[in-house]
Amino acid sequence: MTGLLQDIGFSRDLAVLIAKAAGVIVVAVFGLLWTLLGIWLERKWAARFQDRVGPNRVGPFGLIQTVADTVKILLKEDIMNKGVDRWVFNLAPILAVLAVTLIWAVVPFSAAWIGTDLNIGVFYLLAVGALGTVAVIMAGWSSNNKYALLSAYRAVAQLVSYEVPMVLALLVPVLLSGSMSTQEIVRQQHIWYVFAAPLTVLLFLISGQAEIGRGPFDLLEAESELVSGFHIEYSGMKFGMFYVAEFLHAFTVGVLTAILFLGGWRGPFAEDVAILGFFYLMIKSLFAYWVLVWVRMTLPRVRIDHLLDFNWKFLVPVGLANLLIVALVWKAIPGTDQISSFGDAVVPTLALLLVNVAMFLVIGALLADRGRRERARIEARVAGADLPVETVAGAGD
Amino acid sequence: MELTAESIVFLIMSAITLGGGLLVVSARNLFHAGLYLMVSLLGVAGLFVLLSAPFLAGVQVVVYIGAIAILIILAIMLTPSVTQLPAIFNRQWAFNLALAAFFFVLLVSVVSPIMGELGVDAWNADFTQKNPADVPADSIVNLGKDLVDPDKYMLPFEVASVLLMAALIGAVLLVSPDKAKADEGGED
Repeated sequence: MTGLLQDIGFSRDLAVLIAKAAGVIVVAVFGLLWTLLGIWLERKWAARFQDRVGPNRVGPFGLIQTVADTVKILLKEDIMNKGVDRWVFNLAPILAVLAVTLIWAVVPFSAAWIGTDLNIGVFYLLAVGALGTVAVIMAGWSSNNKYALLSAYRAVAQLVSYEVPMVLALLVPVLLSGSMSTQEIVRQQHIWYVFAAPLTVLLFLISGQAEIGRGPFDLLEAESELVSGFHIEYSGMKFGMFYVAEFLHAFTVGVLTAILFLGGWRGPFAEDVAILGFFYLMIKSLFAYWVLVWVRMTLPRVRIDHLLDFNWKFLVPVGLANLLIVALVWKAIPGTDQISSFGDAVVPTLALLLVNVAMFLVIGALLADRGRRERARIEARVAGADLPVETVAGAGD
Repeated sequence: MELTAESIVFLIMSAITLGGGLLVVSARNLFHAGLYLMVSLLGVAGLFVLLSAPFLAGVQVVVYIGAIAILIILAIMLTPSVTQLPAIFNRQWAFNLALAAFFFVLLVSVVSPIMGELGVDAWNADFTQKNPADVPADSIVNLGKDLVDPDKYMLPFEVASVLLMAALIGAVLLVSPDKAKADEGGED
């Protein structure tokens, strides 16, 4: 496109600027339009998991239900309470959507299509993710509502602490590919990293689910405790923007899983036909996203102290051990720094797979042991019901 | 100095950084001040990008906005009674102004060639080059290698991690329950 613009008489700088601006608009509009279809898809899936039919009235299979919802939400009255911090209140939903759409800038849609191929791609994802946390805090504080404020406190506790295992998981594909650029990570996956690092994929999905604040980690908007959390005072399109941001963030975690672990746009003939690569990426992303929705619809919500316990006492140590072991094994196998074909990748992948299976077994054994001790403790407690109250309350089962 | 695209971006980013900083100290509402601090730090990240140091820009956003500023805001949210300040100035303002001015003069004199022209040699840091050295294409790989190179920055890097470890242990000690109690229920 830059070349075309230069041909019709633009200077080089201006041509690059226009091409980049057009890219920004295309990527952002695609992300937001995809939301219309994606929300329908998620509602259908959710309905299936709960033995319902889901939206089926508006259009064929209820396909344009989201359009109807959008129109409704646009026409709703925009309520602004007294005591609301006007500027912060209005900026928060914008920032929430912005933080998610910014991620799409480094998504490699195919071998040739990428918003901008930053050499700090993976790091950029983290940086932009931090802005989403700020949006939640702004919304929670400016609403002048105690439930919203409590939700903001939880946001800090949850989103900031789950960033740690997220980083530890993100480091593994960076380590295996030797690059932080998302495009380069996809290129290096002659064999998908999900085979070399299944434990890492699990870590990434769990911490990703917590980062987007969806069940079983939806404590930011736990309706039984916080009514609806940080967006309790929002109505109309401002609420709609939070909804869109949440959906798009969840789908983006699916896209990132596809890029980092499922080979991104890689597939038969994807190098030559760009649209095929895009097609493969969407299929893989939808699969990863489907797993996230499955978990969300299946598991009940956890308690806030369990949530933090689980992060700091389980995910972080596992993530650290995983990173160290993978790095050691990767260094021990000769020739891993110049993998350029499927054949080169077979031996290292098999070795890492074996190591991962071993790690799964060790973790499983540790968890089983812990579970047994916990059960013994509770049984002892039930047997001796006249124990001092303090011991029981301090046990934290 | 002609007005190139780069210098326009530099001016915008400087305006964001300085304007944000000014609003941090003049805002009556501490929560707003925290948000302005984020704006100011974002401006600094923009300046890093302009200096072809995207990694530092990322670090700036992750560490300063994503962690430190958020924790500052959390602390502010926990103390609603002081969120709304009655006055812009407090008793220390004159002393702080003098301190800030002193550091400003110190920094400017080191970075710019003013002192050399005034006759004080070996004072300025010679940062102002007419032709800056070429930035390597993949500076991030160099950065990574230099950080763990024993001949370069491995020692400072490791010392910094020891420092962080000490901070972590200190935080755990501060919030851990009394030793007597911990011994009773110390099965976890």
